[in-house]
Amino acid sequence: MTTDQTGADLAPALGVEPLVVEDEAPRTAAAQTLFPPIPAVVTRTRIVIGVVLAAAALYAPWYYGPDINRVLSQAIYLAIAAMGLNLLTGFNGQVSIGHGAFFGIGAFTSAILIVDHGWTYEPTILVSAIFTGLFGLLVGLPALRVRGLYLALVTLGLAVLFPNVVQRFVKGVGGVALLRPPRSAFSSLIGGLADDQWAYYLSLVIMVVLYILAWNLVRGRVGRAMIAVRDQELAAATVGVPVARTKVVTFAISAAYAGVAGSLSVMIDRLADGTNPIIYFQRSIEFLVAMVIGGAATIMGPAVGALILVLLRRNTQNLIEGKEILAPAIYGASLIAIVFVLPEGVVGGVRRLLAALGRRSSAKGRPPTHPIPDDSHD
Amino acid sequence: MQLFVEQVINGIANGAIYGALALALVLIFRSTGVLNFAQGEMAMFSTFITWKLTTGGLPVWGAILISMGIAFIAGAAIERTLIRPFEGSNRSPLNVVIVSLGMFLAINSLAQLVFGTDPQRLPSPVPNRRLTILESSNGGINITYPTLMLIAVLIVECIALWWLLQRTKLGLKLRAVAADADSARLHGIKAGSMLMFGWALSAAIGALAGAMVASSRVGFDASLMQTIIVYAFAAAALGGFDSLWGAVLCGIFVGVANSLTVQYVNALDGIELVMPLALILIVLVVMPNGLFGKRTVERV
Amino acid sequence: MSLLEMESVAGGYGQVQVLHGIDLAVEQGHVAVVLGANGAGKTTTLRAISGMIHVQGDIRFNGTSIVGRSPEAVSRMGIAHVPQGRGTFTDLSVDDNMRIGAINRKDGEVESDLATWYDLFPRLGDRRRQQAGSMSGGEQQMLALARAMMARPKLLLLDEPSLGLAPLVTRELFARLGELNREQGLSVLVVEQNASLALSIGHWAYVLETGRIAVQNEAVKLQDDEAVRKAYLGF
Repeated sequence: MTTDQTGADLAPALGVEPLVVEDEAPRTAAAQTLFPPIPAVVTRTRIVIGVVLAAAALYAPWYYGPDINRVLSQAIYLAIAAMGLNLLTGFNGQVSIGHGAFFGIGAFTSAILIVDHGWTYEPTILVSAIFTGLFGLLVGLPALRVRGLYLALVTLGLAVLFPNVVQRFVKGVGGVALLRPPRSAFSSLIGGLADDQWAYYLSLVIMVVLYILAWNLVRGRVGRAMIAVRDQELAAATVGVPVARTKVVTFAISAAYAGVAGSLSVMIDRLADGTNPIIYFQRSIEFLVAMVIGGAATIMGPAVGALILVLLRRNTQNLIEGKEILAPAIYGASLIAIVFVLPEGVVGGVRRLLAALGRRSSAKGRPPTHPIPDDSHD
Repeated sequence: MQLFVEQVINGIANGAIYGALALALVLIFRSTGVLNFAQGEMAMFSTFITWKLTTGGLPVWGAILISMGIAFIAGAAIERTLIRPFEGSNRSPLNVVIVSLGMFLAINSLAQLVFGTDPQRLPSPVPNRRLTILESSNGGINITYPTLMLIAVLIVECIALWWLLQRTKLGLKLRAVAADADSARLHGIKAGSMLMFGWALSAAIGALAGAMVASSRVGFDASLMQTIIVYAFAAAALGGFDSLWGAVLCGIFVGVANSLTVQYVNALDGIELVMPLALILIVLVVMPNGLFGKRTVERV
Repeated sequence: MSLLEMESVAGGYGQVQVLHGIDLAVEQGHVAVVLGANGAGKTTTLRAISGMIHVQGDIRFNGTSIVGRSPEAVSRMGIAHVPQGRGTFTDLSVDDNMRIGAINRKDGEVESDLATWYDLFPRLGDRRRQQAGSMSGGEQQMLALARAMMARPKLLLLDEPSLGLAPLVTRELFARLGELNREQGLSVLVVEQNASLALSIGHWAYVLETGRIAVQNEAVKLQDDEAVRKAYLGF
């Protein structure tokens, strides 16, 4: 058993064929699996669904009260962090269980700036992004030397290390590593919008912007480089893909996403909490789970996953009367069930469904969905 | 000086636990390729079973052995039902991670449900006396019986495992499947059975480790293994995840390093967890395959 | 009744059909050779026999249908398959590798067989304790062959044994194979790109093209048939 599980192992499993890097727009069968030609009826359906979802997302904070809005906002920042992880793990093949640490860095950056230095909240988001991005760069460099499983463990170590470091150096409320910026720091900047609605919309806008950026990134040269490095690192290097630079930059970008999410969490949860030694490990897991059950290496996947996760967590709280203790068990069991039924995540499953429907109406000759063993074309 | 030696011995005792758990982790990883995040929780659950058996009147060693047997069966069952569906080349390794994390949550909360949240006591299998070796004017170096027991158990475990793996047909089959499952199948080895066996063995080892930890403490509850598992992972990673010996040796190393850090490094007061983590980070960056891992050759 | 019979075997990997109806037979005590270009379906044919992939059609071994059985079951029936790349247990020692070959044997002659094979392949004997992965390609191929023979199989399936080996080593390998066939009556189905060497020890030869048998004949006749050789085998 080799411990050298590189990103290449992830590619077929994520439902995508390994991509061959080309100079022009990808026309290979492999690339077509990544961005398959879409039958017209599916495009129309997608547009309709998209419009409906957008309308729902825009109207939600008026329909719901502050409590639910807060939950939805949590789903939003989770979606951002999950997308960050998706860029690194899903598209670039570097497995990280440490993004909770970047989340935490972003959160504490914002909190410290507000509480200790009197900053207004909104600019701190940008500072968090940059600061965490730099940290991501710092981690991404030594990460070049570490592969697959070991990278996962190293990043895990970071996530567990972070609260310890914070506890040592941050003294907030009552002397513990807990910062609670005052409510006034997050008041709505638009008259007519309540605080919680403002928080929701701000997060939503940031999420949409970041998702569009991610989508552009993945479809462009950098994206193809990322994917090439994931699937065939050595081969990518031989055709001139700057492997090290790609990996480190991806790390930095993905960390920045997590940092932004952390910063938003300060506004939405109104605290930065480092007192629980495994909290950022739990966050890391959340991001990973959201990415996987939503659909890794897809654009909508992390958002779908984040929503499912938040709803699942909320609804398993009180499922069985008097047995709240069972909540994590049901939650855990649900995760296993989802991954069992939809091994490619929700988006992956939906894609396959649509592809199957599309296949009925168009000709055969689709690229295979299962990877063909290398030496077997004989 | 004698404080130093005693801390080292303490460290070795703790390290024996980390090593035992790391052994279980590496065993599962080598035979099935899965990182079992739930290993600690499985051990904790088994420990509760052990405790329950002692309250029923069984002597501690008997309870431990029966609990190991139950863990053995449970481990095989878990592999067959929860892990097997996620194996194979077209399944994402990430999915298995999710499953093992789901198990972590589920087992932890189930334990609290079934056994309650109050701390319980597991009696020590050996009397809690001290043995003085190397008499000196300061009183000599003391080592407790429980500490000796921990080390002895680890040694016996290692020898038993070595004998099983290196000297029996069953062990050879397990190693074959761990090395190359497809090739093993072509030689008539039922890979599935071996995978179940790997998990079963790991679960049993975990149960023993859990009992050892619990009996060395005043009380234990569902959080028993949560920090220990981090140290165990550190040990396994240091050892390179390839080598069973590496896991054990690194476990002891981590134990000793931790003990000495707690005693002598004040800057890390309260956050000793930093040590094993920093250790993993440094070692892996300097030696990406771990201290005992084999270098893998990549072919383009 | 032939030792092995394949009838209208079709199948492949998921949606990709590789075999489109293979009819093939291996006679007791014969060496059957399967030739063809890359992508023709040679390896897939062997995988079909071993049960590594699902196929339609029938495959009979000693009259019993084995299609649909697992690789473990097929192996226990007496078919030894040396896959492409040799399937060496690289982390284990040479001796361990050999013993894995005999793992399902219940007779008491494993030790004496080991001694026999170490005699026949002295380089293996010398490296008994060595990690198998550290040996050269040729040595690993010898190991794969000896390991397969440790199971005392009735039929040996060999997938491109010459792959990655130097010509001298390949010649020695095929010489051994020929010996085993002549002296012990071992039945072999060998898939090869190196047509001339394979044909030199073969009795019957098949040429595969895009998943179908294009030509079949006695090996000697195929060797002499220039037209076929040029068209399908490139020499």
